[in-house]
Amino acid sequence: MSVRLRWRKFVSNFMLTMTGVCAVVSVAALFFILGYLVYNGGTSVNWAFFTQLPKPVGETGGGMANAIVGSAKLLLAASLFGVPIGFFGGIYLAEFSGAKVAGVVRYAADLLNGVPSIVIGIFAYSMVVLPFKHFSTLAGSFALGLMMIPITLRSTEEFLNGVPRTLREGAMALGASKWKTITTVIVPAAYRGILTAILLALARVAGEAAPLLFTAFGNRFWSPGWGQPTASLPEMIFRYAGSPYEDWHREAWAAGLVLLGFILIINILARTILSRGIAVPRS
Amino acid sequence: MAGSRSFLSRLRDGDEIARLVTFLFAASVVLITVLLVYELWIDSALPRQKFGLHFFVTTVWDPVLDQYGALPFVYGTLVTSAVALLIAVPLGIGASIFLAELAPARISDTLQFFIDLLAAVPSVIYGLLGIFIVVPIMREVIYPVLNKPLGFLPIFKGPSYGVGFLTAGIVLAIMVIPYIISVSREVLLSVPRDQREAALALGSTRWESTWKVVVPFAKTGIMGSVFLALARALGETMAVTMVIGNTPQIAASLFAPGYSIAAVIANEFTEATGDLYLQSLIELGLVLFLLTFVLNGMARLLIIVTTQKGSKVTN
Amino acid sequence: MRRTGLLVVAALALGAMVWAQDTLLINGAGATFPYPIYSKWFDVYHQKNAKLQFNYQSVGSGAGIKQVTEGTVDFGATDGPMNEEQSKAFQDKRGSGILHFPTVLGGVVPTYNVPGVSAALNFTPEALAGIYLGKITKWNDPAIAGANQGVNLPAQDIVVVHRSDGSGTTYCWTDYLSKISEEWKSKVNKSTSVNWPVGLGGKGNEGVTGLVKQTPNSIGYVELIYAVQNNIPYGAVKNSSGNFVKADLASVSAAAAGAAKDMPDDFRVSITNAPGKTAYPIATFTWLLVPSKIQDGAKRDAIKGFLKWMLADGQGYAEALSYAKLPKEVIEKEKKAIDKVQ
Repeated sequence: MSVRLRWRKFVSNFMLTMTGVCAVVSVAALFFILGYLVYNGGTSVNWAFFTQLPKPVGETGGGMANAIVGSAKLLLAASLFGVPIGFFGGIYLAEFSGAKVAGVVRYAADLLNGVPSIVIGIFAYSMVVLPFKHFSTLAGSFALGLMMIPITLRSTEEFLNGVPRTLREGAMALGASKWKTITTVIVPAAYRGILTAILLALARVAGEAAPLLFTAFGNRFWSPGWGQPTASLPEMIFRYAGSPYEDWHREAWAAGLVLLGFILIINILARTILSRGIAVPRS
Repeated sequence: MAGSRSFLSRLRDGDEIARLVTFLFAASVVLITVLLVYELWIDSALPRQKFGLHFFVTTVWDPVLDQYGALPFVYGTLVTSAVALLIAVPLGIGASIFLAELAPARISDTLQFFIDLLAAVPSVIYGLLGIFIVVPIMREVIYPVLNKPLGFLPIFKGPSYGVGFLTAGIVLAIMVIPYIISVSREVLLSVPRDQREAALALGSTRWESTWKVVVPFAKTGIMGSVFLALARALGETMAVTMVIGNTPQIAASLFAPGYSIAAVIANEFTEATGDLYLQSLIELGLVLFLLTFVLNGMARLLIIVTTQKGSKVTN
Repeated sequence: MRRTGLLVVAALALGAMVWAQDTLLINGAGATFPYPIYSKWFDVYHQKNAKLQFNYQSVGSGAGIKQVTEGTVDFGATDGPMNEEQSKAFQDKRGSGILHFPTVLGGVVPTYNVPGVSAALNFTPEALAGIYLGKITKWNDPAIAGANQGVNLPAQDIVVVHRSDGSGTTYCWTDYLSKISEEWKSKVNKSTSVNWPVGLGGKGNEGVTGLVKQTPNSIGYVELIYAVQNNIPYGAVKNSSGNFVKADLASVSAAAAGAAKDMPDDFRVSITNAPGKTAYPIATFTWLLVPSKIQDGAKRDAIKGFLKWMLADGQGYAEALSYAKLPKEVIEKEKKAIDKVQ
């Protein structure tokens, strides 16, 4: 073997090993993050964390019960707002629309998807907070719901389009109207993919704090109804992390662990639904 | 599906209704997006009139004198993103090469699964880790290592605060790596087999065929992934706000504290008294939106071009 | 299954609305300076009046002024009184006036983190102005060392920390600096949000304390209780009589003694660099901002009720948290002013 060849082989092995190192380092970051959260937050995640309200400044103890419920309410309302728009809009794109209209809608959705979350917050502030003169769960949900629309829309369209022609044609041959075909054949065939997309959209907005800063604002107590400011996990993490109190730092870690745990579980759930489900081949 | 008989029979004739209803939903997406851009434009009218293009070259941000300039924030946004890309692009492309070319399918898919989970970690949590882990490491490890030998270089000069451009850049790098990896991996996988096999048949090593044939073929798509990552980095708010130092200044040193567009909006929006102040912040939001819009568009274009190129060659 | 899902969602939504009716939630936002005592007060008041919840968000005086003007919160809080322009803006926007109600007195202290120095450093006005103007850059500068004989100050760069958000604490600090330094007055002046010549920005008193605590060789300005609660050293400042005074209940009260007798009707007064041998020079009142006209009768009564409690029992909680009680004359005057809220 010539010297040159030996060198080339060495370079090849070395560089390929380096790419492996890059991959390992990147993946390791995830476990590092998780590990750190468990280490710092694990001990603070106790019963009090889930059931008690925050204590006044400087006093130890208390919990984030209101933030957990606040996040849950925000996500619920955001889904009720964002999912139907994305879902039915996606049905329109896949089943009814012509190419030009579809192009415009898709373009708008992509644009909306690319808007930085802080800008979405500005929009929600002028659309919901100012007219109603209130920071509120509704305003926060509006912002989060907006962020869910593009993902839901594109995924619904994609998975509906992926349903094989044979299924459609079969239903039509049996005399079903277009709408009936959609509801009884096509959507059920694609529902796994669509559900996955909704779950992923949910997981994405669950962690957002920026759009909540001037919509949901924050609350030390329970937030009654939907028209008042509310605490949420991401906002509490932001607030507590920037404070000087050790006790608040611990709680921020705990909140981070709970939040990330929730997001990861949803992600894993969504991806297993998709992979276990009936693979819908593209036509 | 449950429902009364009359409901069903109405539906049979109601394809038109269905069409209309779903159209309304789809149209609302367009309406909302148009409204958003319109609001941003209208609500930034004052500073656009008063400062015009000067807004982009003024470094002063003074609420007392009501003088506002975007330059420090644009600078901070660009510098932190540049640092992030410098770190994330080599790492990300390297990892994607490994996943696409070397790893057996099962391992590649599993690792990709974990990378996707990394992409799901929210910004506040990166900020949390940034404050308590990266900042002390920056102060105690990275700063001495870079400043002692290289402190004469403008980018490594000055005291260390822990927070600053470099810290924010490092945190951003971790956040955008998953985007580079997932897209580059997909793009590399779409490169047709014969390209590799031809190179190997001609006697190249594994690395040579990858680096000199496959990667250049996928070059535009990989560029697309970088643009996507850049767009994400530009708009990042929470993680950057927590570690950048909140100082509107232009400084050559990477260790200096700075500010980004998203961070200043997050910090000052609720307290901007006076219309000019508030609208200047909104104009910053508009600028950010335009930047990410352009980048996202280019990214999409580049990725589509590459994957189409791949399928064209095979067919 | 889809139908049951919808039913569950509807039930939850209704439940959330129904359960909402019982308590009255009153939203306020503003200064971080008095946040420790406000959070204590609102907690205690809620325990005494289960149906009332005062939700106070510590977001900085600037945001407090802005949000109460917009009407998105029911009351605001600030340690930098609203100026003429801001009061006019409130009038224009909301159709009524805005009232300032002093709650407690506090001191803004220079806090620092200098490795090896645990003693209380003495700061002259010139030193503080020089540091914040960026002209004094090292800890062992003569301007600082001169007042601290016998303390081993390192030759390290000073890391200056200030507020990144609109802050009444900043107002008090810059008000003081403007009084004792012509250069500061002409270059930077006083406001809740200024164009800082140097330094790092922290969000809220909490953020500045956090930064100082974690950054060696740093100096920042915070309300007294933040330094005390977090065990970080704070310095004494030379007052107008030439004495180095540390902030505490007595020195802060002494600063207000003169102003108490001549308190204007709208309670807006500055007590920085006050005369008096024992007066602490960087002290300030902090105010609640209440609109003079409140439409919602229940909210109006709740706020007035709280103000009355605050002036009586509430004052008892101040000293434990290192805030000074309001002078007797001020309390008497304020009790009458509460009636102005219609």
